[in-house]
Amino acid sequence: MALISRGFRGKREADPRLPPGQYLERGFPVLSAGPTPRADLSTWTFSIGGADGPRATWSWAELTALPADDVVKDIHCVTKWTKLDTSWRGVSLDRLLDAVVVADDEQYALAHCDGGYTTNVPLADLRGGQAWIAYEYDGAPLPPEHGGPARLLVPHLYFWKSAKWVRRIDLLTDDEWGFWEKLGYHQYGDPWKEQRYWGD
Amino acid sequence: MGGLTGDAPLAPDGAPAVEDDAADLTDDTPYALPWRVGTVVERRRETPTALTLVLDVPGWRGALAGQHVDVRLTAEDGYSTQRSYSLASSGTMGLPTGMPDDDRIALTVQVVDDGEVSPYLTEDVVVGDQLELRGPVGHWFVWHPTDPHPVQLVAGGSGLVPLMSMVRTRARARSVAPFRLLVSARTPTDAIYDDELAAAGPGVDVTRVWTRRAPVGWDGPVGRVDAARLEAACFPPDERAHVFVCGPTPFVETVADLLVDLGHDPDRIKTERFGPTGP
Repeated sequence: MALISRGFRGKREADPRLPPGQYLERGFPVLSAGPTPRADLSTWTFSIGGADGPRATWSWAELTALPADDVVKDIHCVTKWTKLDTSWRGVSLDRLLDAVVVADDEQYALAHCDGGYTTNVPLADLRGGQAWIAYEYDGAPLPPEHGGPARLLVPHLYFWKSAKWVRRIDLLTDDEWGFWEKLGYHQYGDPWKEQRYWGD
Repeated sequence: MGGLTGDAPLAPDGAPAVEDDAADLTDDTPYALPWRVGTVVERRRETPTALTLVLDVPGWRGALAGQHVDVRLTAEDGYSTQRSYSLASSGTMGLPTGMPDDDRIALTVQVVDDGEVSPYLTEDVVVGDQLELRGPVGHWFVWHPTDPHPVQLVAGGSGLVPLMSMVRTRARARSVAPFRLLVSARTPTDAIYDDELAAAGPGVDVTRVWTRRAPVGWDGPVGRVDAARLEAACFPPDERAHVFVCGPTPFVETVADLLVDLGHDPDRIKTERFGPTGP
């Protein structure tokens, strides 16, 4: 039983879509570890590869010409805020992964981003209609501070997994921890299990 | 950029031996963070809207300057909610050998309009009350007290809290690393830690920015931080200072972009933002 906070009542914005320990946020907070990188779309590329290097590469024009999904998702930040019904447009990772050969023993993915950020996600979590390379938010180009021109969107995991400024996804035979995962945050990050930090 | 990969992010040119010492103290071996119970031993009013709570936390594992803790409040019927607060007290990890540790931490809480937790912490909590918390969290926005390199701090509003922890840690560790702090506040009434910063002493160079109203006798400009004021107040880029910027999102976006434009290496700029991009 948790310690009772004397006289505390709270605002009680309970919602069945709110994972444990989260509160409802109506703005869109920004969390980044450094300055916001600025991308040049004329040279921007996104690629999927592995230890052997890139296996498929898309220019900005090529990526945005692919059939895209419009999805509405709840997003959950490990810093406790949850934002419901956020609208995104992007290309499904199912479609992008279909363009490359994936070895049977490549069960892990590590996303690499402008600015040096990385995050690890099991490959299975990028498949099955669960993940996108998103380039529009709320009907407009994704702003740089929110990860534009394009970010990984994996909304069923805490939002640090939805890597901003994503440029490459490597498929790996061993799980390699990313930026925050090495700095105290959980290696998987399921908000419904409250996997915030190491050992949760 | 290698600086965000966590491989060898802080190793600059020169002084590798000391950097290696600091790297050994990053506390980056995975450990679990159990909830602990802290007892409030002091309440200290900082401004009309900010309060410092000093807590005694038995079993506290220590922290590096710049880290934060999660606080959990629970109502009688079991409803509970959590928020993160930066530590205002000095870090006690990675201090030079032989310096004492302790189980006390301080959190400075700024009341958030329409907030759920901050009004309770600032208005309702009294000395002797207990709070559940866990931490420290976050091994990125941290300063290591044996690192001799210059440190540039840029604070907007209550973004000063984790940077004050670095200033206090510098004093506690008797570090001689040169510090510069640029702190932006709306008015003197909103300025936290004012007296302490005024007495910060040699090696900590403090520059004030007042965005709405300056104190009586102020002969500088009043207004938001800009490129000229940043350039005048900050270590030049060739000093390769560690740069820590903390504040509301628009403040941090502006300052970090300006510092990059002024020639600072983005790899050496660490940021912590709070609040949304805009309405």
